[in-house]
Amino acid sequence: MSYTTQTQAQTGMQSPGDVAGNEFLAFTLGQEEYGINILRVQEIRGYEPVTRIANSPDFIKGVVNLRGIIVPVVDMRIKFSLGTPTYDQFTVVIILNIAGRVMGMVVDSVSDVTTLSPEQVKPAPEMGTTFDSDYLIGLGTLNERMLILVDIDKLMSSSEMGLIEKIAA
Amino acid sequence: MTIDMSQFYQVFFDEADELLAEMEKLLLALDVAAPDSEDLNAIFRAAHSIKGGAATFAFNDITEVTHMLESLLDRIRKGEMALTPEHVDAFLVSKDVLTMQMDGHHHGSSVDQDAVDNVCRRLKALSQGILPEAPAAADTPAPAVAAPEPAKSDAAPVADADGNYHFRIELPEVPQRDVDALAAELGLLGTISQESLADKRVVFTLITSEGQDSIVAICSFVLDPDDLKITHGGADQAAPQTATETEQTEAKHAAEDPGYGIFEPETADATSQPAAATAEAAKVEPAVEAKNLGRRASDKDGATQESSSIRVGIEKVDQLINLVGELVITQAMIEQRISVLDPIQYERLLNSVGQLTRNTRDLQEAVMSIRMMPMDYVFSRFPRMVRDLAAKLGKKVEFVTRGAATELDKGLIERIVDPLTHLVRNSVDHGIEMPEKRRASGKSETGKLTLSAAHQGGNIVIEVSDDGGGLSRERILAKAKQQGLPVTDTMPDADVWQLIFAPGFSTAEVVTDVSGRGVGMDVVKRNIAAMGGTVDIRSVTGAGTTIAISLPLTLAILDGMSIRVGEEVYILPLGYVIESLQPAAADVKEIAGQGHVVKIREEYLPLIPLYQIFDIEPNFTDPAQGIVVILEADGKKAALLVDALVGQQQVVVKNLESNFRKVAGISGATILGDGGVSLILDVSALLRSSRQLNADPVFF
Repeated sequence: MSYTTQTQAQTGMQSPGDVAGNEFLAFTLGQEEYGINILRVQEIRGYEPVTRIANSPDFIKGVVNLRGIIVPVVDMRIKFSLGTPTYDQFTVVIILNIAGRVMGMVVDSVSDVTTLSPEQVKPAPEMGTTFDSDYLIGLGTLNERMLILVDIDKLMSSSEMGLIEKIAA
Repeated sequence: MTIDMSQFYQVFFDEADELLAEMEKLLLALDVAAPDSEDLNAIFRAAHSIKGGAATFAFNDITEVTHMLESLLDRIRKGEMALTPEHVDAFLVSKDVLTMQMDGHHHGSSVDQDAVDNVCRRLKALSQGILPEAPAAADTPAPAVAAPEPAKSDAAPVADADGNYHFRIELPEVPQRDVDALAAELGLLGTISQESLADKRVVFTLITSEGQDSIVAICSFVLDPDDLKITHGGADQAAPQTATETEQTEAKHAAEDPGYGIFEPETADATSQPAAATAEAAKVEPAVEAKNLGRRASDKDGATQESSSIRVGIEKVDQLINLVGELVITQAMIEQRISVLDPIQYERLLNSVGQLTRNTRDLQEAVMSIRMMPMDYVFSRFPRMVRDLAAKLGKKVEFVTRGAATELDKGLIERIVDPLTHLVRNSVDHGIEMPEKRRASGKSETGKLTLSAAHQGGNIVIEVSDDGGGLSRERILAKAKQQGLPVTDTMPDADVWQLIFAPGFSTAEVVTDVSGRGVGMDVVKRNIAAMGGTVDIRSVTGAGTTIAISLPLTLAILDGMSIRVGEEVYILPLGYVIESLQPAAADVKEIAGQGHVVKIREEYLPLIPLYQIFDIEPNFTDPAQGIVVILEADGKKAALLVDALVGQQQVVVKNLESNFRKVAGISGATILGDGGVSLILDVSALLRSSRQLNADPVFF
């Protein structure tokens, strides 16, 4: 709990179309660098021990207590087989707030917040990433760096993640 | 049994105030030409809820007004009557009257009985399809005008032997051409005769069976209805002398009150005199009544005019609880850190922390108590209501409550009151039969109504059950067809029972002021769905009906037993735990291919190894080394194998689903003293699946 960065409140829902040209939080998974819409990020925390949930897929680490609310934590490194899942004082959990639900995402590290103009976002190729291209906004270029921009709303609410129960109508 | 109902008055007043404010807001926003049916329903429900509450507390005057209001709204809601601005006006006036009555009960302020009577008459008139005749008195309740006026204006049209009315229609100055046209048109309604006044205006005398509105409707094609004077006459024609007099008074009143005077029914002086006297008498009486009322109310809550409670949003309380929870954890951490310090050197620090610990604990308790209340708070208001209702309906009802000590979140308690009130009323009114009928069908004359609350499988289940006649499948289906709902004769019972939740659905033959409009169930379903709960109906014809409300545990205190398996700690709701013991190796038997059973006091119980279900690396796999906890749920018993018992504590149940999804075998989560999360086991689900457990893994 030593470093807890509170970012701005999640206001103003945006359609994915105009996300480009906004600020992205850059983080790394293994050797790759990813970016997500900063407005979905509630805070960034260190990794704390989680309570395992029986019979859940291994990338769902379990649940933690975030100031009185129970929050599920997923490890993206396990989910996308990127890097080795080690848990030390450098492991970072990005707390996301998506559609009113709070969830944590374990990544290797968080680097910075960058602003990308629409010209800097190139369409993602069909192949070459571990993510299904449905969940990608595009590739952001920033000098020598390349950010894989993830549509975090779509990804986290997908049935693949199994975080949100799909209720049959 | 005597129960001081006055302890609940405040709640009723608060609720009613809110409902009235809501109603006013909706009324003002209502588009008269094309009213939104949702809004109409909402207004109707507000009226209905106030009526329900008022009836519970025996505020009969309020019940009376709301009943009329409701009747009228019901017809508009069902489209039997078009909404007019007059309706909205009348509703707003009745809202004011209700507020006044409410204040009368609450603070002992005076109630203007004339205004009440007027509004009742106005509502009644509207529901009979007559345009308002006497809005004046209601709008301007100034005694000077009100005293002589209502008697005159309230006189109903007098019908003659053939059911025909005699109208005297005085036209303003219009061209002869229009007069002829009108005469021809009005002639279609009945017999018409025509005469001229001194100032060349024309007066029709019409004998017709039609109402005034038809006349106005016809005339309004040609002239402004405001210029028209229609008076009811007896068989005799009014002398011109009287007419002029009436005219003058009218003019005077019109000047005083521009909103008044579309219709001016003529009344003979002879009738107006005693009527005025009665009005006078009626005025004196309510004054006395109001005074008595005032004394009664002021006895109760002293001189305090302000409310003694505030209503705070649940989110704020939730936030407070979460923050205090964090504080407790932080405080525990500090305590842990300083425990290694030298007690002599750091004596004052240690003392201060000790103080902090106590204060924190008190604070936590106080904050928790904001939300937690025993169900008794709700249950205790029903015996009186049931008794009164039963007496009114001539039924014999024995009322039993169970689980009144079950603690429930205050937010839920407050919201469960209305639905439960409806359900209990329904049960007494429709469920339990008349004594004769009960005797005829071989049952005890006294019906039994049970209200129970219990924690069950991570939910709170509140049941209203009666041993009455049960629901009638045929009648519900017939009614559903009549209302055009999509039904078939082969629907399963459960689906048929759900039909009674459709808006406006009621199979009761008579709409009484107790229940029967069908709005109750509509409200029940809606309120409970809003709380994230479900309503189930079990009914057997002739044997009774049970309506079970199941609410999720958004926040409930649970007595828990913490158990350990391997490295993991789980919470077992203590209510399900019978005992825990270490069985002798000889008492554990294997049933071929079906797992193990444990023999406990001559009883063989299935053994549920928790490590197997949750895929945990346990310390012990041999029951003789670990501990078995004997659980009982839904009448089934089983032995749960765990490694060790950790302790027993009260835990706050947190919903796992708010940010995650439902997990099989887990009913919720809680936060332990060290800030970690522990999962609460869903004992019913564990036991339910214990039989198939060994055949294939159920959990997943």
